[in-house]
Amino acid sequence: MPRSLRVVLAEDGVLLREGLIGLLSRFGHEVVAAVGDAEALRAAVAAHDPDVVLTDVRMPPGFRDEGLRAAVALRAERPGLPVLVLSQYVQRDYASDLLDSGDGSGVGYLLKDRVGQVEEFVDALDRVAAGGTVVDPEVVRQLLRRRRDPLAALTPREREVLALVAEGHSNGEVARRLVVTEAAVGKHIGNILAKLDLPPAEDTHRRVLAVLAYLQA
Amino acid sequence: MEARDVRQALVRRPRQYPFGAWPWRSAAYLVSGVLGGALACVVLLVLLLASLLLVGIPLLLSGGVALGGAERLRLRLVDRTPAADPHRLPAAPGLGAWVRTRAGERATWRELGYALLFATVLWLLDALVLAVTVAAPGALLAAPLLLAADGQETKLLKSVLVTSYPGAFAGAAVGALALVALCYPLGLYAAGRGALARALLTPGERDGLGEVIASRARLVDAFEAERRRIERDLHDGAQHRLVALTMTLGLARLDAPPAGPLAARLAQAQEEAGQVLAELRELIHGIHPQVLADYGLGPALADAADRTAVPVDADLDGLPRLPAAVESAAYFTGREALANVDRHSGATRARLTGRHDGRVLVLTVEDDGRGGADPAGGSGLTGLADRLAVLDGTLTITSPPGGPTVLRVEIPCRVRSESSSPRTASSSGRD
Repeated sequence: MPRSLRVVLAEDGVLLREGLIGLLSRFGHEVVAAVGDAEALRAAVAAHDPDVVLTDVRMPPGFRDEGLRAAVALRAERPGLPVLVLSQYVQRDYASDLLDSGDGSGVGYLLKDRVGQVEEFVDALDRVAAGGTVVDPEVVRQLLRRRRDPLAALTPREREVLALVAEGHSNGEVARRLVVTEAAVGKHIGNILAKLDLPPAEDTHRRVLAVLAYLQA
Repeated sequence: MEARDVRQALVRRPRQYPFGAWPWRSAAYLVSGVLGGALACVVLLVLLLASLLLVGIPLLLSGGVALGGAERLRLRLVDRTPAADPHRLPAAPGLGAWVRTRAGERATWRELGYALLFATVLWLLDALVLAVTVAAPGALLAAPLLLAADGQETKLLKSVLVTSYPGAFAGAAVGALALVALCYPLGLYAAGRGALARALLTPGERDGLGEVIASRARLVDAFEAERRRIERDLHDGAQHRLVALTMTLGLARLDAPPAGPLAARLAQAQEEAGQVLAELRELIHGIHPQVLADYGLGPALADAADRTAVPVDADLDGLPRLPAAVESAAYFTGREALANVDRHSGATRARLTGRHDGRVLVLTVEDDGRGGADPAGGSGLTGLADRLAVLDGTLTITSPPGGPTVLRVEIPCRVRSESSSPRTASSSGRD
């Protein structure tokens, strides 16, 4: 059972805001502040010093990417503050901006639809709070689609593994999802890193960053 | 960058100017002006006599209109930009309707005024300029020939007597230098003469065209605002509710006894809601992609290139933020072009390039497909060409059978002034 997290939530839609508060408290987390715009978000973080920030990209007053910018600014002020951003768009530029903030640890970028997959969503929040990196599978798919040439060297199985790694999963989790042994996953990852000319990395989070950096290159 | 008219050729590359085509074109313009003017002078006298007999007024009008048309064509000699026809189509067929329409147009009377000016003053001026800038140096240049023909002597410009070949060749050298030096005033005069013709013979603001352009621009703006409003409504309304619904269903699935019929039903309902959300997301993206507003043209086009079936090499490095109307028109044109590559070209690879040199945005989409694309073939590009026209932009397509097809968009614009986004090029244009 993961620890109970103190969450600051920023979402301008009332329906979803109330829903998220209910959802998080059900899993034993506490929403210490729920706000509706970027200005209030920064104030709330200053006041409560939460374990993790959960924010929407688009918020008043401009309804552009205020939430995202507030998140990037907060991470610049408080290195290591975990932030999970929810977005209605599959857009790699938003994800890149986030991953570039701090050293890329303790950030997540998920499509809003994912809140329906309740357990996975809460798991993603836990991983971000623990310093992991989470990227939405849709965004990863888009990145994989762009880089056709070097990826052609990978076997279909290796591609599946690569996609899961880029989403921020550990070896154990990848093994569970693909129904193979963890040793097999380790071997696949070794092959992938070699084929893509990436430095070998033991620590999950560094490996994710290397893969993402490669996909965006 | 090819010069479009004499003035540009003179101003932009003054050193290359004497050796290009423009001095010749200027001279041709004046020569044809002299010939046309002399002819117009004769015709005008005849028509004036005829109008004393009262049948001449329609003739005089039609003479002016015909001359105006010919002059607009002749203008191509010194100005490649086509001169627009200022006339309306007559409301009904027949000579009577034509005369009534033309007589009611400001442009017709301007043409008549130009015809009078042309037949009385302008062609004589043309002749004078030609005599000074072309004929006189030409005569000097011909001195050795004239001396050879005469055998004894020749007079340079009817004033300096020359009896020896060295003298004659010195005269020719002076003539050659003068020809090069005087082609500048020749070009200047031709440019001015062309500008006068353009001012009198093409539609002015008051002929209603300016109003049409302004109202078109207003329509495009309104259309853009409407797009944004629809996008916003869908985002804040339907999309928001659907996300809340999938979340509620997700929570209900936790409460349902696992592996029962209820859990299966809920899972199915959630799956369907998820699909509706995905479709709605694509729809909203099609109406107005948020990335365009947040990150600008480069990332938005790179994103569009990601979504095509045909592999696209996107080269959009360092596109600055441009005015919203320009970004939007360029984005939708680029997206349509990429969609056409997917649909019709049979290409295996495409290339998308965007550049802004401080004054003009140039966007090109090339593919290695079968070519033969017809811009008028009902593709979505015709409507986009109108949108570009409002911004003084142009859309050109070259697509020979067998390919390659190249689509080129040019929009004159400056970099956006207000810094609406601090991150412009940080993440744009990755391979």
